[in-house]
Amino acid sequence: MSNDWPLYEVFIRSRAGLEHKHVGSLHAADARMAIEHARDVYTRRLEGVSIWVVRSADIVASDPGEAEALFEPARDKVYRHPTFYAIPDEVKNL
Amino acid sequence: MSAAPPLAAGTPRSAARGDETTFAAARLRYVLRLGDTSLVLGQRLGEWVGHAPALEEELALANLALDLVGQARLLLSYAGELEGAGRDEDALAFLRDAPQFFNLTLAEQPNGDFAHTIVRQWLIDSWQLEIYQALALCADTRLAAIAAKAVKETRYHHRFSSGWLTRLGDGTAESRQRVQRSLDDLWALTDELFTPDEVDERASAAGVAPSLAQLEPRWSARIEQELHAATLQRPAAQPYPWHGKRGVHSEHLGHMLAQMQHLQRTYPGARW
Repeated sequence: MSNDWPLYEVFIRSRAGLEHKHVGSLHAADARMAIEHARDVYTRRLEGVSIWVVRSADIVASDPGEAEALFEPARDKVYRHPTFYAIPDEVKNL
Repeated sequence: MSAAPPLAAGTPRSAARGDETTFAAARLRYVLRLGDTSLVLGQRLGEWVGHAPALEEELALANLALDLVGQARLLLSYAGELEGAGRDEDALAFLRDAPQFFNLTLAEQPNGDFAHTIVRQWLIDSWQLEIYQALALCADTRLAAIAAKAVKETRYHHRFSSGWLTRLGDGTAESRQRVQRSLDDLWALTDELFTPDEVDERASAAGVAPSLAQLEPRWSARIEQELHAATLQRPAAQPYPWHGKRGVHSEHLGHMLAQMQHLQRTYPGARW
């Protein structure tokens, strides 16, 4: 039966102030049911304070075939990492 | 209480013991009714595990069942203390026979198909919603605390069951037919939800229980509104022959208890 239901991706915010994180997916007949299923499947042990669900079909994903074109050009631009600064000893948190 | 005589105000025994005893007996019976209704409904929902139409629904039904069994534990523990005969939640759950159970007849009805389970759940959720909301403000602080916890669970149960009611009622021709048939089958048993007897009246007069007459219109209005959203027909009022609240049960409870109590009856005191 659940094979007839569309797939939803589930995002859980674990604490106020944190971002929603992708935790998995599930089948549901509609959005309301998807929220209820997400609650029952993914928040049984107090994992979250907020749930987002989105139809998997509505997610636009990058094409793995384009990975080289998309991501390789960043590989030789190490200067984009903030690792070339001398950090004074007095600075504890950076 | 262990022999579970039908409790009637004004019988020589209770009259001889005076008002206080009658109130104590009524309160005990009232708490047992709530606890037994949750226990029996929880056990029924548990029967879906391994059989639900989808993995996600199985988890959902099991979650409802666990909430209900949790309510039953709190209520039966309290009942055991009120009774003062040394019976704990387990003794009350596993070592009483059907005539000593005081759950609503509706709760013990077999699962049937998924639509049947949903209609049964929705009718009881809507009832528990009113009862627990009112009990959270009652004069018995222990009962009020249990109700305050239970009402949060019940709001979710109701969200779940009313969602399915709409989905099935306003769904395909077959789902609509099945859910309407279940509604027609179970409707007669709703009479018991808000028909007060001497236990309800006694507990209500003492401020321990809400007045059922006051809650009924709220329940009825909610039912009406949600049936409308689900495009279902409210059945006509029907005569009602069962009185689970008084320990008079349909044939189904005995079978259910035989399975539920099998282990404790066969190996008394077994633990794991």
